Amino acid sequence: MSGHDNTEAKSRGIEDILTGYQGRPGALIPVLQETQEVFGYLSRENMEKIAGALHIPFSKVYGVATFYAQFHLKPRGRNIIRVCLGTACHVRGGEKILDAVSKELNIKPGETTKDLQFTLERVACLGACGLAPTLMVNNETHGRMKPENVPALIQNYRGRDREETAVH
Amino acid sequence: MSQTITITINGQKITTHQGASVLEAAEENGINIPRLCYHPMLESTGACRLCVVEVEKARTLQPSCTTPVTEGMVVHTESPRVMDARKTVIDLLLANHPEDCLTCEKNGDCELQNYAYQYGIKHTSYKGERKDYPILDDNPFYQMDPEKCILCGRCVRMCDEVVNHHVWDYAHRGFVTKVTTAYDMPVEEGNCIFCGNCVQVCPTGALLPKYGMGKARSWEITKIRTVCPYCGVGCNIYLHVKNNEVIKVSGAEGGPNDTLLCVKGRFGFDFINHKDRLKTPLIKGEDGQFHTASWDEALDLVARRFAEIKEKHGPNAFGGLSSARCTNEENYLMQKLMRAVLGTNNVDHCARLCHASSVVGLNISLGSAAMTNSIADLVEADVIFIIGSNTTEAHPVIGMWVNRPLRKGARLIVADPRKTEFAERAHVYLQQLPGTDVALLNTMAHVIIKEGWYKKEFVEKRTEGFAELAKFLEPYTPEYAERVTGIAKDEIIEAARIYAEAKNATILYAMGITQHTTGVDNVQAIANLALLTGNIGREGTGVNPLRGQNNVQGSSDMCALPNLLPGYMPVTDPGMRGTFEKAWRVSLPAKPGLTVVEMIHAAEKGEIKAMYVVGENPMVSDPDIQHVEEGLKNLEFLVVQDIFLSETARLADVVLPAVSFAEKTGTFTNTERRIQLLRRAVEPIGQAKADWWIIQELARRMGYAMDYSSPEDIMTEIASLVPIYGGVTYERLGIQGLQWPIPDKTHPGTRILHRDRFTRGLGLLAKVPFKEPDEGPDEEFPLILTTGRILYHYHTGTMTRRSKGLHAIRPEGYMEIHPDTAGRYGVKDGQWVKVTSKRGQIRIKAQVTAKMHPRAVFIPFHFVEAAANMLTNPALDPQAKIPEYKVAAVRVEPEP
Repeated sequence: MSGHDNTEAKSRGIEDILTGYQGRPGALIPVLQETQEVFGYLSRENMEKIAGALHIPFSKVYGVATFYAQFHLKPRGRNIIRVCLGTACHVRGGEKILDAVSKELNIKPGETTKDLQFTLERVACLGACGLAPTLMVNNETHGRMKPENVPALIQNYRGRDREETAVH
Repeated sequence: MSQTITITINGQKITTHQGASVLEAAEENGINIPRLCYHPMLESTGACRLCVVEVEKARTLQPSCTTPVTEGMVVHTESPRVMDARKTVIDLLLANHPEDCLTCEKNGDCELQNYAYQYGIKHTSYKGERKDYPILDDNPFYQMDPEKCILCGRCVRMCDEVVNHHVWDYAHRGFVTKVTTAYDMPVEEGNCIFCGNCVQVCPTGALLPKYGMGKARSWEITKIRTVCPYCGVGCNIYLHVKNNEVIKVSGAEGGPNDTLLCVKGRFGFDFINHKDRLKTPLIKGEDGQFHTASWDEALDLVARRFAEIKEKHGPNAFGGLSSARCTNEENYLMQKLMRAVLGTNNVDHCARLCHASSVVGLNISLGSAAMTNSIADLVEADVIFIIGSNTTEAHPVIGMWVNRPLRKGARLIVADPRKTEFAERAHVYLQQLPGTDVALLNTMAHVIIKEGWYKKEFVEKRTEGFAELAKFLEPYTPEYAERVTGIAKDEIIEAARIYAEAKNATILYAMGITQHTTGVDNVQAIANLALLTGNIGREGTGVNPLRGQNNVQGSSDMCALPNLLPGYMPVTDPGMRGTFEKAWRVSLPAKPGLTVVEMIHAAEKGEIKAMYVVGENPMVSDPDIQHVEEGLKNLEFLVVQDIFLSETARLADVVLPAVSFAEKTGTFTNTERRIQLLRRAVEPIGQAKADWWIIQELARRMGYAMDYSSPEDIMTEIASLVPIYGGVTYERLGIQGLQWPIPDKTHPGTRILHRDRFTRGLGLLAKVPFKEPDEGPDEEFPLILTTGRILYHYHTGTMTRRSKGLHAIRPEGYMEIHPDTAGRYGVKDGQWVKVTSKRGQIRIKAQVTAKMHPRAVFIPFHFVEAAANMLTNPALDPQAKIPEYKVAAVRVEPEP
């Protein structure tokens, strides 16, 4: 079910999360956050349960979950690669870095590899313009990237987990 | 009292109430402000920015729909700055709106198009992207085109705030935001009940009804305001007509529904032009087949045979069934024909089968047989007690109105053997065993008295029988009720407390209360609660029977009933009879006649020889259908008048084709006693004729002079004889109708009965003992069958099952059974089962649902091929003579 192997996820079901919030107004967003933290993403099944337990229409839960960029409705990879396409990176060839990662993983931006190892995202600016073009894997920043370095970089993360390299 | 506030709009001084928005204040004074997201029925969000106005001293333009008025405010609604801003809003909306106005279904009726025209936006000045979404087309009733959606959110709020189903919401963010269901799932899965109220409020072509598509441009349509032909709510509708065809229905403002409708009213009208409509009279030949006939042939034959039978067997050899689907005028004429022309009181109609218990019970307890209050004052209730009414399915628009007080924090008590939609939302839900209502209600009264929660002053001044009742109720302890009803005693005590402590508590009930051999007792036990707690005679209170059919209140008022003359005058009262004898210039029979079920028995025994059935279908609607069939087949002569060849009409010797509601004029009286005008919208189909015309022709041919030129003419006579209708003229009914009693031509009508005194003087606290239902479960028949309606169909299905959309969504009957019970009998969801009672057997699919009481099963009665009434018990309430549709013992066996 979960994209990443979190032991907590196995021990804590959606019901446990909901117990603390039932009958509390304004609970929806914290519940969605906690669910995502435990399961890695928001499954349809879990959102239906949340809707039922909090007496919030399913369409509304879905609306909130799709509104905020922080929520993910599909399983995410163990490692999140964010390629910067802000102004500085754009000028210095960020697009080529993105293409290289995309080619290496055989996925488009916004997608996750079938083996759930990697999720690729494009971001507007990582705030490291001096190092352009840059990308981040989990919370590690890699500057002055070149397309030919991409395969080795990815290889380095294979089999690892974003928890090991600190979260989110 | 709210304070008044004075503001200036466009130089004009305006006084309004505190809390009003600038938009409302402007509108009250004839100043129109454009709007797209605002709707008077919904909470304002200020989203579209089209209603902006300039408020002096405010830095920015203000959305008038969300800006409250303040003292001394100076507002300009059409200053150059405002006009510029509005143009920009429209320009931006058009930037990514399809420009297919030429062929858009909404052309001419589109609010966005109208504003573009009004503000002179010929083309958008932006090159916007288009949204690329498919049209959502997953149901038979309406479609949703997200490209034409301007995200005003009216549909979202309508479905949430008013209908309480919240099918729609906004999903995603920014440019790609769209209104949709969760995961774009089909709307029915998303909880849609297809009321189409979202479609009605959509300002553009995003939400459109499917039926009339491609059939008419908006300017080719004539809209005729009339009354819905389905349930007793009496919603006002517009029939949209082109070339003598109704192509769309929309909800009309004002009236009991104020634009709201349900799926039947909005989408279930295609029966009007259905190919099966009867177009000529039919006479059954020697060969047993129907042959078409002229009106003269058919009417002469009926008149001749009626005269022969009267001559040979006397007047009481006739039985007449009138119809709650016909107008007041037609019901009046029908009972007049039976009494004055044929000379018998054997006239009855389907009120016998739905609310005869209310007619009898409320007449005894309060003195008037009707809803004490109005639909509109439900909003004043802070406690709503619903018993034996699946309101959201059987009276959907009243269900929507109940949402209003609930949103304001009112509490809800529901008692029903099935966990209905309202039961799910109830603060206290009481799941009584079918047939134990008196035990439950008496115990609530017992607790209210014992705990001192009753209103002593009200009881002393306005009721009688308190001491006797208090003594009588002593054995009705919570422990007793728990044993009999199966409800935990604490729940009963809690329900009694909530009801008694309310400032204003209202009771809504329907056939779950009336269709019992103890129907009258049930009704009186309900009235007791209201009388003890003084919850009657004020806004937001009352005892409110929700009447089943569009004109069942009216047909009762007209007394197509065997014991009463129009206006509830007993036939046994020589004085009353005298009034009518003088008016009708005949002598009238003094002996009360037979009721529906009694007539069928009498036909079986050969005592009734001929029946005249107008707009009723006892072959599906009456209990124990096998006996109904035997009774009707045993008649010498059967005449059926209907719009379709119903199961009953097939047995007739002569069939007379009547017109539908859309083809006639007259009045219907809705459940809140509101007499409303029905206006003819289309020409009759084929040679079909209005029922009043047919009855009049028959009377004439039998030698009795009836000479009405129109239904209005008949109403003049009714007003002269029926005091509660005394002030009715068609002119006075106008748009809003009038609520009876209307004693004279200047009386404004009566919104609430029994304000200062009860119609009978004092309210009667009646002692009604609990009695078991006529038929209890036993070893051979261990389950209780209870029957009722579902949202998508209506009565015997003659109309709704001929409506394409309604048929598509619910094509067949089903039996609801609790999972535990299903497990015990080896029944799986969707499996065919045989259901057997002492009277018959049907085959039907099982629907396993935890909503059902574990000791009972439920079958809707609309489906002739799996007719619940093959199984039901024809045992009658001794006073109301209503059959016990709600309790019959049955056995359920799965088919291999």
